[in-house]
Parts: sequence; structure tokens; C-alpha cells
Amino acid sequence: MASDGAALRSVLTPEGVPIEVELADLGARAGAVLIDLLIIFVALFAAVLFVVLVTPATGALGFALFVILSFFLRCPFFMAFELRWRGQTPGKRVFKLRVADRRGGALSPGAVAARNLTREIEVFMPATLLLIKPSDLGGSDLDNVLALAALIWFGIFTLLPIFNRDRLRIGDMIGGTWVVYAEPVALLKDLSTKPPLRRYRFTPAELDVYGIAELQVLERLLRQPATRGTLDTRKDVLNRILDKIDWGDRDGVDGESFLTDYYAALREHLERHALFGDRRADKHEAARRRDRSTLEHP
Amino acid sequence: MPDDLLKSYRFRQEREGKWRELEALIARAERHGLKSLDAEELARAPALYRACMSSLSVARSISLDANLLAYLESLSLRAYFVVYGVRANLGQVLARFFRRDFPVAVRRTGWSNALAAGLLLAGVATGWAVTAKEPAWFEAFVSTAMAQGRTPDATRQELAETIFDKPKAADQMTAFATFLFTHNARIGMLCFALGAAFGVPVVLLLFYNGLAIGAICAVFDGKDLTVEFLAWLAIHGTTELTAIVLCGGAGLHLGGAMINPTRRTRLAALRAKGRTATILVVGAVVMLFVAALLEGLGRQLITDTTTRMAVGCTMLVLWLAYFTLGGRSVPMGPRHGQ
Repeated sequence: MASDGAALRSVLTPEGVPIEVELADLGARAGAVLIDLLIIFVALFAAVLFVVLVTPATGALGFALFVILSFFLRCPFFMAFELRWRGQTPGKRVFKLRVADRRGGALSPGAVAARNLTREIEVFMPATLLLIKPSDLGGSDLDNVLALAALIWFGIFTLLPIFNRDRLRIGDMIGGTWVVYAEPVALLKDLSTKPPLRRYRFTPAELDVYGIAELQVLERLLRQPATRGTLDTRKDVLNRILDKIDWGDRDGVDGESFLTDYYAALREHLERHALFGDRRADKHEAARRRDRSTLEHP
Repeated sequence: MPDDLLKSYRFRQEREGKWRELEALIARAERHGLKSLDAEELARAPALYRACMSSLSVARSISLDANLLAYLESLSLRAYFVVYGVRANLGQVLARFFRRDFPVAVRRTGWSNALAAGLLLAGVATGWAVTAKEPAWFEAFVSTAMAQGRTPDATRQELAETIFDKPKAADQMTAFATFLFTHNARIGMLCFALGAAFGVPVVLLLFYNGLAIGAICAVFDGKDLTVEFLAWLAIHGTTELTAIVLCGGAGLHLGGAMINPTRRTRLAALRAKGRTATILVVGAVVMLFVAALLEGLGRQLITDTTTRMAVGCTMLVLWLAYFTLGGRSVPMGPRHGQ
């Protein structure tokens, strides 16, 4: 879930446990809105066809039906879905996004209403302005300038998420919400094995060279499916580790089990140190700690 | 010898069963809703959720398995969404909204609403006075589309026809009413959303609308049709303009949060005041629906000036009574999202 450069935020649940949420990427949010708008557009189109071809309603009544439908297919569309689907719309479901309360509380119906009432100025007004032909405005230069000014003005609202840290729309600000990823992560098998099964053993000095960051890079590498690229990278990493710890018998090493065993040993080593308050974030910190401990216990 | 195992490995072995159980429940609840869980599963869910939360806390301190941590983070988050997602019992929410939330919100934002009403009335007064003295200003205040022939140049006969037009066919009235409703509801939402821009657009919008109304009033006044026109306006206008004032009040309320957030940050102030403002706008949209019915149907069917005035005044009294008295006896419900 936590990919590189991800915007992580911590939310305190009512149980008092902070959970990490990852803010939705702006591209994903734009994509979700586009999908929703597409659905709305298709639904409106279908509604027009239905009114014209199937119902006996003609003229004014048909128009009334269309007007009321097109009203409910705007902001209320988003509200209804976010209420029924726990903070998701069809578009958000595709991108695995979810609306959540910024303070970690329950998402209230009021917050959902607030964040969607503002879509009028963020989505629909600019969209309408973009669709206007200059000739509809009477074609005078002043009208065009006014339309452009309005577009810029509404554009500020539309683009607001770009300009703040938490990627909030104006509706999110008023509703007290934000949009986060809610992607299921599968639990894979534990890579560490019992010591008796290990072929290779390592001294503390050989394990002191790396920190948590390197451990988790190694984990990711071991979990990747064994394509040729992965195998090449593994060979590369193996050589680097062998260099780093000055492994004696380089040619007799079985790469796969060496990496697995080194991972298990390193994890055990780092977890034990972490338990005693010595959490080594990466190899630089590991090196510093190592130096200090040799100073203290020569 | 269990001591040979990694502490984090044993931790996972001991708890994995419960995680998998919770995961299955959550997956089902996500797909088919909480209702798809039977009574026994529902009873187990909170315990599993808490167990998962505590696993997450423990895992953070003892395990360096990135996949395990990511899994527990995501499982906790998904469970959290199921447990703390919107619990919308629509009937209950609606009942509480009209019995308590809406009138209470109107009272709580009293000053903003008064200011919005003042701005609208100031617009009306200005528009009326200016147009009465200098009819040429009419065009500046009222667009041609909105005037629909109700200009200072129209004769008394023409003006009278616009307010006593023959009843239209039923479907035309419906079309008219729906159009008015959607149009006004969008204006109301606009007022709300623009409030965050320090309230300035809301002030302009209210005053400008007031100007147009005042200008048209002046036109009818000039031809001695004042009472007839006011009655024509009042039958729906008391409801519609009250709703517009409330939307404006909501916008000004939000604007207030931006201008003077007191000791909070602007974001926190916006959030706190946004709750009340949202209630105002949602209530106002419902009022606009009533107004559209009165305008589209009532005004076409009732052509008698006295009756029109009576209906309009009755509606106003009813709304004001609702706002001043409503929700006083209903106890505070549970507060969401704190």
C-alpha cells in the first residue's frame, strides 16, 4: 500500500489506535470523477431516449421529467452513492478510493452532503462554461471576457486540491473529509523460517551492516515472481551482500537459500534490537549504532 | 523448541486465524453490506475488529515484515470503514433533520440570516427607488430574459396580463415548476459553495437579486399595480425568498469562518461552521421545492389577489413559527463525527 512517495497520514480511531491512511492520488480522483460523470452522461442520454421513445409524455411534461432527472443526476447522485456505499461512488470504487472523516470519526450524512453540495461550482459550472459557444453569449467581446473570467474563477475552486497539503476540495474542507485509498492487501506467507531449516548462519557482525530499509527491500525482492529480471536483480543483490559481509566461499553459495536465510537472520537480528529500543532505520543508522557500541564496549 | 522461532513469526501464527476471519467478514460486508452478516457474525465482528487493532499496535513494535504490516494496516482500515462508515437510516436522519436540526441551525445562524435578509431588502429598496426615479436603470438591473416584457415601456394592460395570465395546461405548469425548482436549488447551492470565498460573492448575489426584484416592483408600481404584483410575488415568494435568504445566510456563515476563524485554524473553523451551513442549504432546497409547487401550480390556479396574498402571508408565518419554535423540545441526538 505504501508505495514510494505516498502521502501518508495518521488517523486516530475511536479505539485510540492510529491507522495510516494514504491520501488518494489526484489523478486517481480525477479519473474517478470522470467515470462518475460518464455514468451520469450515459444515464441522462438513456433518460432522454426513454422519455422520448417509451413514455407518452410529450412536450412540456417530457421536458419536466428531463429537468428533474438532470437535477438528481448532479450532486444528489454523488450524495446517494457515498451514503449507500460507505463513502464510495462507482468511480471511486474503480480506483479503490474512499471518503473518510479527517479526524477519524464516523462519516456523517451531513459531511457527505456538505462535500457534495459544492460540486456545483467545482465540476458542473466550469463544465457548463466550457460547453458554451461564444455565439450563445451574444458574441460580444465583453461577454467572452466575462465567461473567461468566470471560468478562471471557478477553475480556482476546481484546482484547489493541487494547492493544499491534504489534497482537499472545498467540499472536503467544509465537510471535514478527505479521500484515501482503501485497497485490500493480501497476507502473503511469512518469509522467515525456523533456524534448523536454515543452511547458512551469520555472525552479529555480518548482520550489523544493514537496517530496516534494506531488509524490506530484500523482502520485496524475494516476494516478486521469479521473472528473468527479478532473477538478475537477485543475483546482483546477492553479490552486493557477499561483498559487504566478506563472505568466504563465494562460488559454493546457493543464491536462493542464501538470500532467504540472510533475510530471516537479518529480520531476527533487527527485530531483537528494535525490541530493546534500538530501531535501525537503514544501513547508515546501523553503521552509526555499530560504531557507538564498539566504542562503549571495546 | 518454540524459542527458536522469531517472536514476530510466533505472533503471526497465534493471531492469523482471527485476521482471516475478520477479513472474510469485511469482504462480505464491503460487497453486500452489513445486512449480509448473520447475528452471530455481527456479534463477533467488534471483538475481531478490536483484536485486529491490537495486533496492528503489537506488529508495529515487534515485526519488520513489511507485507504483514501493510496487510494489518489495510485490514484495520477496511474494518474501520465498515464499523465507522455512514450509518444512514434515511428515515431517522430525515425525521431528526426536520424535527430538530433544521430549525436549530436557522436559529444558530440568526445573525448571518438577518444580514442576508438585510442585503436582499437593501437591494430591493435600491432597485425600486432608482428605477422609480430613472426608468433607464431598469435594463442595468434586470436582464431581458428575466424581464419577459415587464419593462417600464409596457402598458398597464400588458403588465396586468403577465400577472393574471390564463391558467396553462397541467403539463406546462409541471414543467414550469420543475424548471424553477432546479434553477433555484442550484442558485442556493452556489451561495453555499461561494461562502468559502470570504462571503463576498454571496453578498453580491443577494444584493443583485434584490436589485432586480426592486426594479420590477418599481415598474408595476408606476402603473398602479403594486398590490397585485406583490400578491403575485408573495404567493411563492415568501417561501422562495426565505429559502434564498437561508442559503445566503449559510454562505455568510461560512464566509465568517474564513474572515474570522477565532482561535481555530481556518480549516477547523470552516469544518465546524460547515456542519450548520450544510443543514441550512439542504433545508432551503426542500423549501425551494415547496416554493416551486406554489409558483408553478398555486399561482397559475389562484388568480385572485387577496387569496394570493393570504397564501403568501400564511406561508411566511408558518415558516417563521417553525424556525422560532421548531426543535426546542426535541432532545439532542447523538453527535456524529466528533
